[in-house]
Amino acid sequence: MDVEILLRVDGKEHRLTVDTRTTLLDALRERLGNTSPKKGCDHGQCGACTVLMNGQRVTSCLVLAVAGEGAEIVTAEGLAEGDELHPVQRAFIAHDAFQCGYCTPGQVVSAVAMMREAQAGWPSVVTEDLDADVVVLDDREIAERMSGNLCRCAAYANIVPAIAEVARP
Amino acid sequence: MKPFRYERADDVASAVATVTDDPRAAFLAGGTNLVDLMKMEVATPGVLVDVRHLVSHDIEDLPDGGLRIGAGVSNSMVAADRRIRRLYPMLSQAILAGASYQLRNLATAGGNFLQRTRCVYYRDIATPCNKREPGSGCSARGGHERDLAILGASEACAATHPSDMAVAMAAVDAVVHTQGPAGERTIPVNELLRLPGDEPWRDNVLERGELITAVDLPPLAVAANSRYRKVRDRASYAFALVSVAAAVEVADGLVRDVRLALGGVAHKPWRAFTAEQALLGAPATEENFHAAAEAELAGARPLPGNAFKVPLAANTIVSMLRALTEEAR
Repeated sequence: MDVEILLRVDGKEHRLTVDTRTTLLDALRERLGNTSPKKGCDHGQCGACTVLMNGQRVTSCLVLAVAGEGAEIVTAEGLAEGDELHPVQRAFIAHDAFQCGYCTPGQVVSAVAMMREAQAGWPSVVTEDLDADVVVLDDREIAERMSGNLCRCAAYANIVPAIAEVARP
Repeated sequence: MKPFRYERADDVASAVATVTDDPRAAFLAGGTNLVDLMKMEVATPGVLVDVRHLVSHDIEDLPDGGLRIGAGVSNSMVAADRRIRRLYPMLSQAILAGASYQLRNLATAGGNFLQRTRCVYYRDIATPCNKREPGSGCSARGGHERDLAILGASEACAATHPSDMAVAMAAVDAVVHTQGPAGERTIPVNELLRLPGDEPWRDNVLERGELITAVDLPPLAVAANSRYRKVRDRASYAFALVSVAAAVEVADGLVRDVRLALGGVAHKPWRAFTAEQALLGAPATEENFHAAAEAELAGARPLPGNAFKVPLAANTIVSMLRALTEEAR
């Protein structure tokens, strides 16, 4: 069944008609040509499709486009300011934090959101003091908080230092 | 995915009416489980009624000192709430032990209770499953038994409830508020979710069209000294083999109050009432912790592929009680 929706993606508004079955991920990739979110598992298990929705990281494969109507979406493509890459993107390049690169846009978006969550004082399951005001993003915290993003090449050994460089300058 | 119509109702009453009157209709909130099941055609609703914007997104203080969590609050916001972290730490930890940040940002407090089992046969439409297709049989017994129940299962179904949050909610005696075709009512979490019996397709006691609108956490002093531990096949982002929500208060060496609930072992969060009774008033000793855990698990009926869960659950209960009582000392 077709519905007309409004999507706000990386600061631009798009009006489009989609079948209700279309996920946000498919709308971004197939209809708007924004292929930075990747389709890995398509079941919310790998994190390759991670985007920000109203400032929070979500798996876009499990969001129906029609339910995301009006929400503010940011993809990895929208993190850069023109030709100026986001610090997390630069750190991934500097640390060679990928091999095939397929999970990378999801990792980058997830890492950006992860740092904001930590700044807001959100705990993780490995946080010793749940009541602490300040979250210290040590490697264990980074690994736990990034566990929703799988890397089939297992580039974790470089992903964690890349994120750490931005998280603990 | 099968074709469906998408609706945003104007208020809860009209959403309830739509789902009550149309057997093909279903509520949609975070969608993390439902949309996934629709992709696999395990769930095939003809109409989705989006309720996320209709139910509260706030966590309010209650006059009695408890908290009311709106059904639309994301799992992330429940776990991060300062009051919950301080007063009910096992609830924060349980939520943080489940899924990933991406999923918890989408998933709602109400929807978390209603997620379906991750039994692999339930999720595979090519295999018989009494929960998915009543009367078709159970493929799990004699098959992949690792994730199955050891307590309260039936011949028809040995699936487990996948939620971590619900285990902690069961331990604190949380109560859900619902609005349905017959009006509003409250249901204790321990009665909301049910054992499979001979109707394994019914995960809970909700009527068709009945919507969870909020969850109340009662004031509970013992909950301030609580923890959640989840034992799983990998360190993060996996479902529980066994999990334990535990809260205990010790005075003069005696157990003054205790709450215990298990996850990964039954068709619902398993509140360990037998163990709690055995511990109340008893000396807080390692020996008594063992005896209580064994009493609780005396009724376990494991299968060849999940017998390891019986000692695993007992040992996890004991180690949690040990840690909590040592911290309190």
